[in-house]
Amino acid sequence: MIEYIIRRLIALIPIILVLTLVVFSILHMTPGDATVIILGSEYTEELGAALRKELGLDQPMLVQYAKYVFKLLQGDFGMSYVTRAPVMDQLSVRLVNTFWIVICAMVLCVSLGIPIGILAATRPNSVFSQSMMVVSLMGVSMPIFWLGLLLILLFSVYLGWLPSSGMDQGFLSLILPAVTLGFNYMANIMRTTRSSMLEAIRQDYIRTARAKGVTEHAVIYDHALGNALMPTITIIGLNVGMLLGGVVLTETVFSIPGTGRLLVEAINQRDTPCVLGALVVMAFCVAISNLIVDLIYAYIDPRVRAQYRR
Amino acid sequence: MESSSAPKRNFTTKKEFYRQFRKQSIAYELWLRFMKNPTAVLGLVLFVIIVLGAILAQTLADYDTVVIKINIGNRLHGPSWDHWFGTDELGRDILARILHGARVSLLIGIAAVGVSLFVGGAFGAVAGYYGGRLDSLIMRAMDVFLCLPDVLLAMAIVAAFGKTMVNLVIAIGLSFAPRFARVVRSAVMGVRENEYVEAARSIGARDLWIIRHHILINCMGPIIVQVTLYVASAILCIAALSFLGLGIQAPVPEWGNMLASGRTFMRDYPYIVIAPGLAIFFSILALNLLGDGLRDTLDPRLKQ
Repeated sequence: MIEYIIRRLIALIPIILVLTLVVFSILHMTPGDATVIILGSEYTEELGAALRKELGLDQPMLVQYAKYVFKLLQGDFGMSYVTRAPVMDQLSVRLVNTFWIVICAMVLCVSLGIPIGILAATRPNSVFSQSMMVVSLMGVSMPIFWLGLLLILLFSVYLGWLPSSGMDQGFLSLILPAVTLGFNYMANIMRTTRSSMLEAIRQDYIRTARAKGVTEHAVIYDHALGNALMPTITIIGLNVGMLLGGVVLTETVFSIPGTGRLLVEAINQRDTPCVLGALVVMAFCVAISNLIVDLIYAYIDPRVRAQYRR
Repeated sequence: MESSSAPKRNFTTKKEFYRQFRKQSIAYELWLRFMKNPTAVLGLVLFVIIVLGAILAQTLADYDTVVIKINIGNRLHGPSWDHWFGTDELGRDILARILHGARVSLLIGIAAVGVSLFVGGAFGAVAGYYGGRLDSLIMRAMDVFLCLPDVLLAMAIVAAFGKTMVNLVIAIGLSFAPRFARVVRSAVMGVRENEYVEAARSIGARDLWIIRHHILINCMGPIIVQVTLYVASAILCIAALSFLGLGIQAPVPEWGNMLASGRTFMRDYPYIVIAPGLAIFFSILALNLLGDGLRDTLDPRLKQ
């Protein structure tokens, strides 16, 4: 197993490298001179040329890329053009906020989505099941940023229960962003759990279990659930990417200083090292979460586990 | 069931023959199957309404005099008979802006999916048809892009090339392409082994011809379904980028940038963010329902 994890971690390196190369070359094509942005009104020909030399911007792109990667492997994301501070400092401060929002959203969605999905599958034609399907359809179609605005209107403006922006009220200020970010995700988890449960319940081994006189509770939770959870785990893992895309919007709606906000600000200020840093970190998180899903798969499913032994 | 109970046919006229024959056609059967699915029909109706709104937008409200012309005297009026959804912070009719926004969203959404279908479809078809090393090379490359959420990839492209409509189409199109490559690849792999492909190859057809005339035609079902669903995602993506200020720029009306500019006034004038949001919501809902309905119609085995 450990060998497998190490192999997968090594396989991550080319993925991250290719991805940085692509993003690096896309951003390299940005028209205009970076030194003009950095120096602003102080810009003169000589200062610009000196700075270009200092930052290595006068070298060919591939050389710049190689240097960037070399630093990246040491955890150095370069200097921000705007603040002139290491990008790493900004990222590490902001990642904490993003981390909490994403974790809260995930916990909320998994702990609500799976049980609701199971209940909806075990009572397929009930009012509960039907209404949950409507909710999940709404969830899939709901734009995150609009949901956020509506929640602010309801819970902060009219009811005054929860803060509408910032992170200064601890857990309270996490509730609305987490719900906003997670609604879509929860709808997906719910739909997947329901349909894979429905599938599992129709299998022969469930009929056998029922025929043997196993209680309905044990049939559902011991026999069906273990098999039905696999697609749900896939969805939970695959959609981490979706969550990170959504976090950009959520942080904008709730004015939270997180990685997503940093990315948008950096794009608007044309702060290339910062954009690159934020994107690389996010891609890394997605790659890691995909790896975790595969590991959970191997842990739960004996067939997959057997494959990795080979 | 219908067809087996009506075997007695008297083709007295040619017209009558065609009428009988039409009932048997695959398209007609599919249409009947589609119409039996109430949510799919709801999706189709909603989508037709949105498309009609987009087509008639210019007739209903003139772009230059109503949609982008600032009229401060009319600013932030609530919904009324003259302005069904009220007016925005610059005194422009929100309904008119939503209708013109539908044009922008649909055009860019469909064009972007076209780009990703072309790029992703080409890679996916080649990977699925040839298999082996080429397949794993292409798909590994696509997997790399799947590590980055599509909104973020689109953001990076727009950031580099500027916020024009064409760049937006390319950005969204390219960021969806890896997903299409996967869809097309698996569809192609499903039909690759069929006898008619072997037959075509045995009479000396070239690969490209086989892919175009036999393979792609026979995987249209799943591709059409995915196109519908991805137009929804593309519309959502445009709205998201515009909301962040990286998409369609003012004064051009777009649902996402309407929400972004209305946000500031939402505490006192909530209707300003309700209507554009509803427009996004219903478009995505319509396309999702339509896509699911098409899937059930084209592949009844998947339906539970």
